[in-house]
Amino acid sequence: MHPAWSVVLLTTLLGAGQGLFLALYGADLYDAARGRASLAPLFVAAAVLGSLALAGAGLAASFFHLGRPERAWRSAAMWRTSWLSREVIALPLFMALAAGYGLAHWLGMLQGALVVGAAAALAALALYVCTGMIYACIKFLQEWASPLTVVNFLLLGCASGLSAAAALSAWLDPEFARAYAIAALAATLAAAATRGTALVRNARLRPRSTPQTAIGIKHPRIEQKAQGAMGGSFNTHEFFHGASRARLETMKWGFVAAGFLLPAMLLAAALGSALPAFAAAAFPVQLAGLLAERWYFFAEAQHPQNLYYQSTS
Amino acid sequence: MTQLALVIDLNVCVGCHACVTSCKEWNTQGAAGPLSDLNPYGADPSGTFFNRVQTFEVGEFPNTQTVHFPKSCLHCEDPPCVPVCPTGASYKRAGDGIVLVDYDKCIGCKYCAWACPYGARELDEKQKVMKKCTLCVDRIHDASLPERDRKPACVLACPTSARLFGDIHDPASEVATAIREHGGYALMPEWGTHPANHYLPRRKTEFKVREEDLQRYDNPLKVDGLLPKPATGEPALDDVTSW
Ligand code: SF4
Ligand code: SF4
Repeated sequence: MHPAWSVVLLTTLLGAGQGLFLALYGADLYDAARGRASLAPLFVAAAVLGSLALAGAGLAASFFHLGRPERAWRSAAMWRTSWLSREVIALPLFMALAAGYGLAHWLGMLQGALVVGAAAALAALALYVCTGMIYACIKFLQEWASPLTVVNFLLLGCASGLSAAAALSAWLDPEFARAYAIAALAATLAAAATRGTALVRNARLRPRSTPQTAIGIKHPRIEQKAQGAMGGSFNTHEFFHGASRARLETMKWGFVAAGFLLPAMLLAAALGSALPAFAAAAFPVQLAGLLAERWYFFAEAQHPQNLYYQSTS
Repeated sequence: MTQLALVIDLNVCVGCHACVTSCKEWNTQGAAGPLSDLNPYGADPSGTFFNRVQTFEVGEFPNTQTVHFPKSCLHCEDPPCVPVCPTGASYKRAGDGIVLVDYDKCIGCKYCAWACPYGARELDEKQKVMKKCTLCVDRIHDASLPERDRKPACVLACPTSARLFGDIHDPASEVATAIREHGGYALMPEWGTHPANHYLPRRKTEFKVREEDLQRYDNPLKVDGLLPKPATGEPALDDVTSW
């Protein structure tokens, strides 16, 4: 598939925004369970605003993917069948609930905030499932058609969200900084494990569609001579990444390094040295790495329609 | 239930692209139009088509076959492109089984194109909505046309009659008969889309001459072989009796 930057930004930023909110709400719940209200209001405000900014940026990016953005309101219609439609509903719902939680917190209505926050957290989790299922439900995109896709969207989002919380708390609420750094490290390692599993799985996939099933002729040697157009078409622009092997490899190892290894090292360094700079650096590095990860996620998927567009002449 | 579809005979198609041009001609000015072209006379032309004829070479030289392969939306009976559409712009008509896009509702998100394994949908780069074969829905039901013209433009244009059109659910129809009797098959059956369009396979036309076609099998008077056979150089009956 051709990785569209609008979708890469949408899914990555949105995932981080949801993760940041979940990180904040998790701490709030833990705090409440201990019978305390020790979260610094400034940290809560920054985390809520950060989460909304990330989700909002993702939402804005998504409009660039649409041919007719002015009709975007129509896209909530088919929630009974379409995961994309469900995402379109869950996304503003999450943002509204997260904003409500932040407002309640700011106004000091801590009990109310916990209730609204629970709803927002559920919406965030549902949104991960919707986003992941958009890709996982297309069964012939074999690289995506796996529960691992949903798990990865969830864990990668949580890891980057926790990194963001670690960075914010290092400045605004040092009491929680250590716990956040530990949680971010754990989530990053867990995400590395599941994303790594997906990489190994996809490397071993055998495509079920072949030139033989595509045109229905049983012969081991089928070679395309013409595709009906010499100058390319929607089919050649949308479904081929057009990147060289070397670029693909660079992106792959780049995201392994920047998405997982480096942030894990930075978070470990933050834990060891208690220097806020390390925690602050982990998030932007990881976000860049996860953008590369999402680019690779799209580029890696082999669409069966490509069998019909193998050569021009 | 009716399921309109095309049956394409790969044994007959000569790859002349008449269906491609007549499809584009009809549909660019019809209800589905325009089918925009980008940079048509420039270095990197592209455009929106419902139907394309591709060519494949099967086998190893000298035992090769050139297969011309017209490809358009197959109007799947279980179309994966329809449920994924967030707006409901993509739908399958209950009445005749045609899969259509409502160009006034489509937001151009391209999700349906991702969800079609056959690459049958193309985004119109000018109108920014998804386009695909409509089976000429605006002419096949048009009662003001004579009955014989109520067929998709591609079917009417095909000079070799490689394209048949009809209801594959009606066992007596030309298309259902062709599928049944000439080994009609579906593309990529592995994904359970149940394409309505079918293809008829290439087949070798072998001319079988049996002994009894040359020598009368049933020869009661035993006359065959009694009279001397004229030499090949001698005038035949046609040469002497020319009136
Ligand atoms: S061929 Fe593609 S676009 Fe046409 S009905 Fe089937 S899945 Fe949908
Ligand atoms: S491109 Fe149009 S028809 Fe296709 S899924 Fe999106 S809204 Fe539906």
